[in-house]
Amino acid sequence: MSPLSQRTTPLAQRFRNLPISGAILAPLLALIVLFVISSLASEYFLNTRNLSNVLRQVSYTGIIAIGMTFVIIAGGIDLSVGSMLALVGVVVLYVLNTITDPFQAVILAMLAALVGGALLGLFNGLLVTRGRIAAFVVTLATMSIFRSLALYFTDAAEVSTRNPLFQGVGGGFVLGLPIPVWTFFALAVVSHVVLFHTAYGRHVCAVGANAQVARYSGIRVERVVLSTFLIAGVCVGLSAIMLTSRLNSVSPSDAGYFFELDAIAAVVIGGTALSGGRGTVWGTVIGALILGIINNMLNLTGVSPYLQGLVKGAVILLAVLLQYKRAP
Amino acid sequence: MAEPLLRLEGIGKSFGPVTVLEGITLDIAQGEVLGVLGENGAGKSTLLKIISGIYTPSTGRILIDGQPFAALDPIGARRLGIAMIPQEFNLVASLKVYENVFLGQELRRGGFLDHARMREQTRKLLDSLEVHLDPNQTIERLSVAQKQMVEVARVLVNDARIVILDEPTTVLTSHETAVLFRVVKALVARGVTVLFISHKLKEVRELCDRLLILRDGQLVEHCAVAGMNEEAMARKMVGRELSRIFPDKPEAPVTRGTPALEVRGLCLTNVLHDIDFAVHRGEVLGLAGLVGAGRTEIAETLMGLRRRSAGEILVDGEPVAFTSPRQAHARGLAYLSEDRQGKGLQLSFNVMQNVTDLSLARYVRGLIRHGQERRRAEEYQARLSIKAAHLTAPVGLLSGGNQQKVYFAKLLDIEPEILLLDEPTRGIDISAKQQIYRLIRELTAQGKAVVVISSELEEIIGLADRTLVIRQGRVAATLEGDDINEECIMLYAAGAWEAGTEPATAHEPSQGARP
Repeated sequence: MSPLSQRTTPLAQRFRNLPISGAILAPLLALIVLFVISSLASEYFLNTRNLSNVLRQVSYTGIIAIGMTFVIIAGGIDLSVGSMLALVGVVVLYVLNTITDPFQAVILAMLAALVGGALLGLFNGLLVTRGRIAAFVVTLATMSIFRSLALYFTDAAEVSTRNPLFQGVGGGFVLGLPIPVWTFFALAVVSHVVLFHTAYGRHVCAVGANAQVARYSGIRVERVVLSTFLIAGVCVGLSAIMLTSRLNSVSPSDAGYFFELDAIAAVVIGGTALSGGRGTVWGTVIGALILGIINNMLNLTGVSPYLQGLVKGAVILLAVLLQYKRAP
Repeated sequence: MAEPLLRLEGIGKSFGPVTVLEGITLDIAQGEVLGVLGENGAGKSTLLKIISGIYTPSTGRILIDGQPFAALDPIGARRLGIAMIPQEFNLVASLKVYENVFLGQELRRGGFLDHARMREQTRKLLDSLEVHLDPNQTIERLSVAQKQMVEVARVLVNDARIVILDEPTTVLTSHETAVLFRVVKALVARGVTVLFISHKLKEVRELCDRLLILRDGQLVEHCAVAGMNEEAMARKMVGRELSRIFPDKPEAPVTRGTPALEVRGLCLTNVLHDIDFAVHRGEVLGLAGLVGAGRTEIAETLMGLRRRSAGEILVDGEPVAFTSPRQAHARGLAYLSEDRQGKGLQLSFNVMQNVTDLSLARYVRGLIRHGQERRRAEEYQARLSIKAAHLTAPVGLLSGGNQQKVYFAKLLDIEPEILLLDEPTRGIDISAKQQIYRLIRELTAQGKAVVVISSELEEIIGLADRTLVIRQGRVAATLEGDDINEECIMLYAAGAWEAGTEPATAHEPSQGARP
């Protein structure tokens, strides 16, 4: 027994009475500390426009990270989300530019994004469950395939739209906050409820914790795994809508570049075990916010953009190190 | 008497405020086989971990060859010749036998591995143990018993003088156990001291010279085995008079009628052949046989975990065809797997989540009602006396006996009518066993039908109203009443008797004449 752990025990007990689970306590504290440091380090940080921008930036990867949380808790991983975003984005722009009625075009484009994401996620999921290929390998391959298709369909050129309504989706504000931010938080609330208060969520955790036990308990393991990839795909579709409508265009080579990394990082920083079985949506939200604030702070304080990857990597390593310390 | 090989003086161990071991003083001589007995949580593993250097004792000292050590570390202990063969083997599955035997201390010649010499020495070692095993075999192709022998050989390469065997026979058939005992005797003949931990009192009596009984972290008995019978051992372990371990069987025979579960001509390609049996409400049917005879496969086929190749399964007289355990649960079947940790419980889930694992739908009104889950878990905690600090703590932290009770609670929560219990008391202590036996009888008294699969003959004899002996995927015999005895079961299980050729008995032939 180290004196440190004895000292923290009563504190931990006090926190148990709060509506916060112990698992997200560490990331939450890290977020608060980071927030305080950032507001001291730069006078612009607390500026409303800056905060609103940070939240907007965070929501694109955050939405994807929430889908990723389901995949990872069920014991999988999805490396294809970034490329999938580019491919879905290309589809969205294609639909927008083929349909003449602007309102119809926007509605159908959004629908196409969600359905397209779902289908691509289903493709990943079927290869993992029916094909019995490791998720890492499947999504590594589809990462390459999706990006390649996006480049082929567009000849690697940026595609834009003149649709007058579309930008209102991702660029609009409601009650002073950008729509993507509302989408992100709403998705988080729904996902949290699904993960912790429904039988489906319990099954996702069970499959990730021990698939064999889950099978013996009558859980349809393959169907659960498949569904998590589907959820990840739909989340990518949602993120694609927000991102392309904000820019009114999509670049097949840049869109979603390295998003898989940011999404996985957010999940891991949020305390979800990469080995599956346990994790929280709120942790992921906090993880995404931490990454976003770090990025913003590095920009504001004028740190070379080339070093930002280094800081992000260091934070991921730190989070994982702390996780292993906690779970003996 | 010469200097003892190992002497413990006042060894104690506390974890924070909890004392798990106190004032253990004893001498262990060279070439002695010491049986270590105690209920789960009595301090056996803690003591052995101290001896093998994994834990540092809080008080006392250890003397080896008269030289005192305040504490050992694992590497130091190994250097002094102390080796532990754990329950979960530490073998590299993809490597060969000889590579595992020499793992970490490979023989070299001029900087390169000397495969020929390692192979040769491994063969000699295995021969000296009278174990016939090819040093070139890959570990993953070996049986559990053979893997254990590789562990023994590995220990010998280390020139071990004290070998600790932690419940080595749990996973062995009786034949394999006999081989292991022969090997232990060969070790002793080489002057090796063996510490033998087991829940099986009979084995301890058979194999050990001396006996160490722990209870609540204290030494309650250290004596010669000769003159102690199993009952006396059990009484010392538990510390009170054991009322009979097995509850009484109902005197009146079970009323016949439509069986709760009936199996006709069940086949599973290459595993099961033409299995016929029926279980009635209020009855315990035992499935006896050697490990690998196909008993677990019968249960898994009934649950829809395996696809039968022929035959019929009837629940309350109606034919059923389950393709998943979910459907079996819905018809009132529940299966307790022999592999509690691998197939039974979610070790990272808490008690509540495990209890409602099968019955979760009952707690959902749109969303899961967590309060109701908790109340139900508390009910089971009281009913089955599950010892858990928090219902929110992961089940993996509980002792084996308490895990097993949680597993039972998980099954009971779907209110099953037919329970298939596969090794229901594996690796748990005697009082937990007794509680589970009582529970099984309570269930049959409530009109449930219970099938008990067990490799412990005692358990079959003590529990079953009727017993099927399974051999090589066939029903070798159906035994009733006084015919359920050790001799009968073993003779059928080992194939010395065939159904129909044995001395005439009253029961019906188990193999229906099929066209």
